[in-house]
Amino acid sequence: MPQEQRVKVAILGSGNIGTDLMYKLLKQPGHMELALLAGIIPESDGLARARSLGIAASAEGIKAVLEDPEIKIVFDATSAKAHIRHAKALRDAGRIAIDLTPAARGPYVVPPVNLGELADQTNVNMVTCGGQATVPMVHAVSRVTPVRYAEIVSTVASVSAGPGTRQNIDEFTDTTARSLEMLGKAREGKAIIILNPADPPILMRNTIYILPAGEFDEQAVRDSVLRMEAEVQEYVPGYHLKNPPVFENIETPWGRRPMVTLLLEVEGAGDYLPRYSGNLDIMTAAARRVGELVAQRLLKEQEVVA
Amino acid sequence: MSEANEAGVRKPPRVTDTSLRDGSHPMRHQFTREQVRAVAQALDEAGVPVIEVTHGDGLAGSSIQYGFSRTPEMELIAEARSVCRRARIAALLLPGIGTVRELREAVEHGIQVVRIATQCTEADISEEHFEIAKKSGLEAVGFLMMAHMRPPAVLAEQAKLMESYGADCVYIVDSAGAMLPHDAYDRVKALKEALSIEVGFHAHNNLGLAMGNSLAALDAGVDQLDGCLRGLGAGAGNAPTELLAAVLEKLGLNPGLDVFKLMDAAEFIMAPIMPFQPIPDRDAISLGYAGVYSTFLLHARHAGERYHIDPRTILVELGRRKAVAGQEDWILDVALDLARQHEQEASV
Repeated sequence: MPQEQRVKVAILGSGNIGTDLMYKLLKQPGHMELALLAGIIPESDGLARARSLGIAASAEGIKAVLEDPEIKIVFDATSAKAHIRHAKALRDAGRIAIDLTPAARGPYVVPPVNLGELADQTNVNMVTCGGQATVPMVHAVSRVTPVRYAEIVSTVASVSAGPGTRQNIDEFTDTTARSLEMLGKAREGKAIIILNPADPPILMRNTIYILPAGEFDEQAVRDSVLRMEAEVQEYVPGYHLKNPPVFENIETPWGRRPMVTLLLEVEGAGDYLPRYSGNLDIMTAAARRVGELVAQRLLKEQEVVA
Repeated sequence: MSEANEAGVRKPPRVTDTSLRDGSHPMRHQFTREQVRAVAQALDEAGVPVIEVTHGDGLAGSSIQYGFSRTPEMELIAEARSVCRRARIAALLLPGIGTVRELREAVEHGIQVVRIATQCTEADISEEHFEIAKKSGLEAVGFLMMAHMRPPAVLAEQAKLMESYGADCVYIVDSAGAMLPHDAYDRVKALKEALSIEVGFHAHNNLGLAMGNSLAALDAGVDQLDGCLRGLGAGAGNAPTELLAAVLEKLGLNPGLDVFKLMDAAEFIMAPIMPFQPIPDRDAISLGYAGVYSTFLLHARHAGERYHIDPRTILVELGRRKAVAGQEDWILDVALDLARQHEQEASV
């Protein structure tokens, strides 16, 4: 694809997430051209790797991004606190922000659920790894039958839970639960996160318990869930149901009800981070997918203007 | 017998009764207000200084994963508080399950102590919770769960993190009931040497060692011990509070508990409401033997019945997969894997 048909993008944050995203954008650029990796720690491994790959690298953070007017899309993989500042600066400069922090200045986006509805947003938020992994499945059920309650348990390897998650673990549970309601369309959502220190590290695991609001067709739910598995696999190849959906009746605060249980495993692509970090991989893969859609839209708008 | 003894370091430990929290597991989280009121009142009258009241898996534990509470835990906390004249009410909080929102709510309902529990390698997820607890004027106790999985030096490092966040005490928690007396002794000792705050020990009886391990912890200089009336707790239960009181009395270390009143409370109040007496039976011994979280017991039995698999096989496999505190969802996963394996073997 010729250069002029690509949109210049930058990554803010040269930590694990930013660096993994860099590899994904290089491997599968689509309509994007990675113009810059900007961090704030000059000696970071991410910046060194960018340079060795021939990608411009800067330790000047957001300043470096704003200096290049051709950069239209900015992936923010810093921290919630930093993104609150970045969000304003990027908006004022007319750049589109794809936020991988928990700051949530813009609406949540989970690609197979609502990517198409966010066409004209200037700031979108990638929720949490737990949300990226589980919201598609709650949505898969709620598009077939209304969901009264959805509860998810995400288990990640200790070594793949970074300082951001550790210092504010409540944000994970709250944000993920909210995304189950807002995007998953569960009337009530609950999220639990567990860090497992086993060595060798475990792959990211997610258990999703769903209580539909009324009677439902098991086969329709099964089909919808399997379709969704394939949709997510388009951008996260290591996303799969570990066992077929389980249907059983249980006692709940709303009486005895049928429950659907889905057991998921997410293996990372191993681009920069190890394969067990499916939790980080699903964030960067989803962000790349959102970036690609935004890039295509910007190119279309240019055509119209031309 | 021990150096601590010779040095005269042993002192009466503070005893926290957790019948109304750890006991929530065998009760399948079905405690009623009346039961909580009766138990809390009896404990208060017998001089127990701290009574823990929460869903078995801590604040906001009411869920499909762990079991729904019959009565909202905030109501149970308020109920217990209303009948206690001396005892303070504690709540358990597991970051990742409960949040500071429920912690604040529990403060409004009358808790004065919070016990903040993490897997024994993950203390750094609890900083925010300790901070809010201390700002709310609570006594804050750290709980290092599944402490048999790591050596004393690692636990001491993790405990120091909790101390730096403001903990008033850190517990070695033998969630799997997998420790032998020297394991308990070494771990408590390491914390006593590393910390300037108090150290506690929480035992499970899966290998029949809840009392023995509590005594070993005492030898190592432990400041706080946990008990449950009749040992009503997860797995084979905990050290029975009435038994701890009697033994401490005989050691000359009774912290002011009324031994006979506790024996009566266990016999006449707790025993009649218990669905069964936790004992180290075949499945419970398997928990301690395989080093698996005690609350997995009833969930593993349920899955075993449903998929016609020996619960012991499920528990041993969970131990092999290194499941940690709170991973009840892996039980279904293991049961499905084993059922499929059996089917394949049968068809060969």
